[in-house]
Amino acid sequence: MSGNSTYEPKNGLSRWLDARLPIMRLAHDTMSTFPTPRNLNIWYTFGGILTFCLGVQIVTGIVLAMHYTPTAAAAFDSVENIRREVNYGWLLNFIHSNGASMFFLAVYLHMFRGLYYGSSKAPREVLWILGVIIYVVMVATAFLGYVLPWGQMSFWAATVITNLFTSLDQIIPHLGGAHDPGLGTTITQWLWGGFAVGDPTLNRFFSLHYLLPFVIAGLVVLHIWALHVPGNNNPLGIDVKGPQDTVPFHPYYTVKDGFYLCLFVILFAFLVFFAPDFVGNPDNYTPANPLVTPPHIVPEWYLLPFYAMLRSIPQKLVGVLVLFGAIATLLFVPWLDTSRVRSMRFRPLMKQFFWIFVADCLLLGYLGSQEPQAVWHLGGVDVPLLWPARIGTLYYFAFFWVIMPVIGLIETPRPRPDSIAASVLGNAQAAE
Amino acid sequence: MATTNTAEPTRRDFIHIATGTVAAVGVGLAAWPFIDQMNPSSAVLALSSVEIDIGSIQEGQQSVFMWRSKPVFVRRRTKKEIAEAEAVSMNDLPDKLARNLNLPEDAPATDKNRIEKPDWLIVIGICTHLGCIPLNNQGEFGGYLCPCHGSQYDTAGRIRKGPAPENLAVPPYAFIGPTKIKIG
Amino acid sequence: MRIALPLAVMFALIAPALADDAANTTDPLPPKEVSFPFQGTFFGTYDREQLQRGFQVYKEVCSACHSLNRIAYHDLDGIGFDAAQIKALAAAAKIPAEPNDKGETYDSDGQRLTRPGIPADTLPAPFANEKAARANNNGALPPDLSVIVKAREGGAAYVYSLLSGFGQKPPPGFHVLANKYYNPYFAGRNISMPPPLTEGAVTYSDGTTASVDQEAKDVVTFLSWASEPKMEERKRMGFEVILFLLALAGLLYLSYRRVWRDMH
Repeated sequence: MSGNSTYEPKNGLSRWLDARLPIMRLAHDTMSTFPTPRNLNIWYTFGGILTFCLGVQIVTGIVLAMHYTPTAAAAFDSVENIRREVNYGWLLNFIHSNGASMFFLAVYLHMFRGLYYGSSKAPREVLWILGVIIYVVMVATAFLGYVLPWGQMSFWAATVITNLFTSLDQIIPHLGGAHDPGLGTTITQWLWGGFAVGDPTLNRFFSLHYLLPFVIAGLVVLHIWALHVPGNNNPLGIDVKGPQDTVPFHPYYTVKDGFYLCLFVILFAFLVFFAPDFVGNPDNYTPANPLVTPPHIVPEWYLLPFYAMLRSIPQKLVGVLVLFGAIATLLFVPWLDTSRVRSMRFRPLMKQFFWIFVADCLLLGYLGSQEPQAVWHLGGVDVPLLWPARIGTLYYFAFFWVIMPVIGLIETPRPRPDSIAASVLGNAQAAE
Repeated sequence: MATTNTAEPTRRDFIHIATGTVAAVGVGLAAWPFIDQMNPSSAVLALSSVEIDIGSIQEGQQSVFMWRSKPVFVRRRTKKEIAEAEAVSMNDLPDKLARNLNLPEDAPATDKNRIEKPDWLIVIGICTHLGCIPLNNQGEFGGYLCPCHGSQYDTAGRIRKGPAPENLAVPPYAFIGPTKIKIG
Repeated sequence: MRIALPLAVMFALIAPALADDAANTTDPLPPKEVSFPFQGTFFGTYDREQLQRGFQVYKEVCSACHSLNRIAYHDLDGIGFDAAQIKALAAAAKIPAEPNDKGETYDSDGQRLTRPGIPADTLPAPFANEKAARANNNGALPPDLSVIVKAREGGAAYVYSLLSGFGQKPPPGFHVLANKYYNPYFAGRNISMPPPLTEGAVTYSDGTTASVDQEAKDVVTFLSWASEPKMEERKRMGFEVILFLLALAGLLYLSYRRVWRDMH
């Protein structure tokens, strides 16, 4: 809660600075004494982990940019030069490429946590919305970044995704005369800077890829500010009643976040040092060729669920609307969930649908990785993967637009503990 | 409830000191690649020395070669030019040091200290004033004239007149054959 | 949760197995089951002798059509050559020369002017450009091999299977196209590359018998190295980093328990 600051400058220099720019006071109040619920579990450590990931991507990105050349003729070669000739270039490259995957792993766990514990509900709606905006900018940044190595997948993913906008030609087929391009094609050519993905596209993608992480950093500051107004939610979903429910952020959560961050970094290090190409695609080691399309275009794993949704709709414009709608839906979650109970620990029915939703996301991810014409053979019946993808997409939208509102109204939640402290002490007594 | 520990660090806090120290060491070790990546890469270092065949340079002629992105003048001196260079007295030299990277720093700027073989003058072709490239066979001293601010060098590449403070630098080099040199 | 999650996990696990596995004769066979010593996740290293044999196969067989333009002569210290050997190898190579004093890059016979190589040079390409390469290979482009092992699904096993997979009889009814060869490991099974390796195509200086299988394994080892010369350094550093992080995690856990001791 935003209470009175207890910061006391200890020496002359600190007092001098505090009177002019109270940055030490701010750090003390937000990261040291900040009262934090005492029952936060492992799922609450991903915020700190995400800040770490952003820092790692920015720092490795800046040093990589010292060696990278954003032209079609030289981009692939400059990346190979980094991997082969630049001192520790291979290490910086693999940290950056695998760091993007770790960043998305952390953000998905962070988002699922928010859904499960009701962290999007009042009074944290703006916090949640800022989070969704950060996620969208992350997706944009990752997409732009993937184009930069200028491999086959880079080029063709850029082509496919920018071509999505041509679906708007259905809305306005001709801007001007009957031979003028439509709205969608105009926008797409504006994005490309030409009539296809090429040098102008690559250069501007590099500029934007460098810019957006700093936009994310600014949004993260707002996100943490919005968090600190009401304070953190907690696994019980019940409000903090007083100081007995909280502990100061330092040392309790600095050390806890530090420990879990270290485990996260161990997983990260395993990828970087022992499986650096595991999440990647071999086609991106072939230089981009505008005349040869790879047989199987796939985005990176963290975009696969949305790719599956897009491909499950045959009509181009509707498919694009479904894709953007799936992300836009997230903005409405604070109002879609009608339950007065925050945490799904106490919502036995909603909890089931939540876990099915998790399985659905994993299924859609898997389907996104398969070839569009692939088929399942289920006991003599051939099921084109299109159908599970459609069912999965339907459930995704139903979860937010139907299940969340309805279950909140009809469900009987379990009784919640009186307070966080009571729950923690109760657990301690039960454990003895 | 938490009990506050206000006493000086006891054995109880040793664990935190140990953890903090190890973490700090980790951060320090992790910082090195970020610093080292700015050092010349192995592709750049592979060009840190070059071997050049100078046999086709005629007497009285000069060729310019690139070494570490700098121009190197390789000049085949005439007998007259050699004699002139040897005859210059140390008093006439504004810069009395040889500036020869093959010799110790305090070697004097005699003609002998500027060359390996008297026929061949090999110097870095960058004016020691503000970095322009001097012009060959110009100026009063038969050597070089820098067009930017008028520095003039003699037939041993030594500054004689003008704002340049030092003689043209002699790069580290060696003859690896009668007409082949390795620079760097 | 009790029912939904296990069901979901089960389904996620069997889903890949339900996927289609077409018994169609133009689909390629999966790569042969082969493991290379350098593929050990934590401890794989290259055998320097094998790397040099592989380089010999590349130089004497593959380089006729395939470039390796990201490997410079000085990089070959990574396969165990010393500075003198590297200098000699480079000097024996013909590198396209810069324009001469008349501004020419070709001599009077239309041949490209060349100069001896230096260690800083990358290995020269067999053809001047893509069109020349295609013209000499019935319209097909032999890809550069610098990252070929990373650029193909299946990696080293795939490239090995491809190289050692020639000479098999196509199944009845299979149509081998003009100027192509049957290789069951290649997508579509019609490959433009003629069988490159034959028994005794090279004479190994260390006396190893040059069977097709040996040549294939050696050149694949070399090409794997070429795709990532830093692999051994990466794994070694990874070992040290993970050990350090495990120790740090242990310390952090103890600190965490110390801080939270009175809390529960």
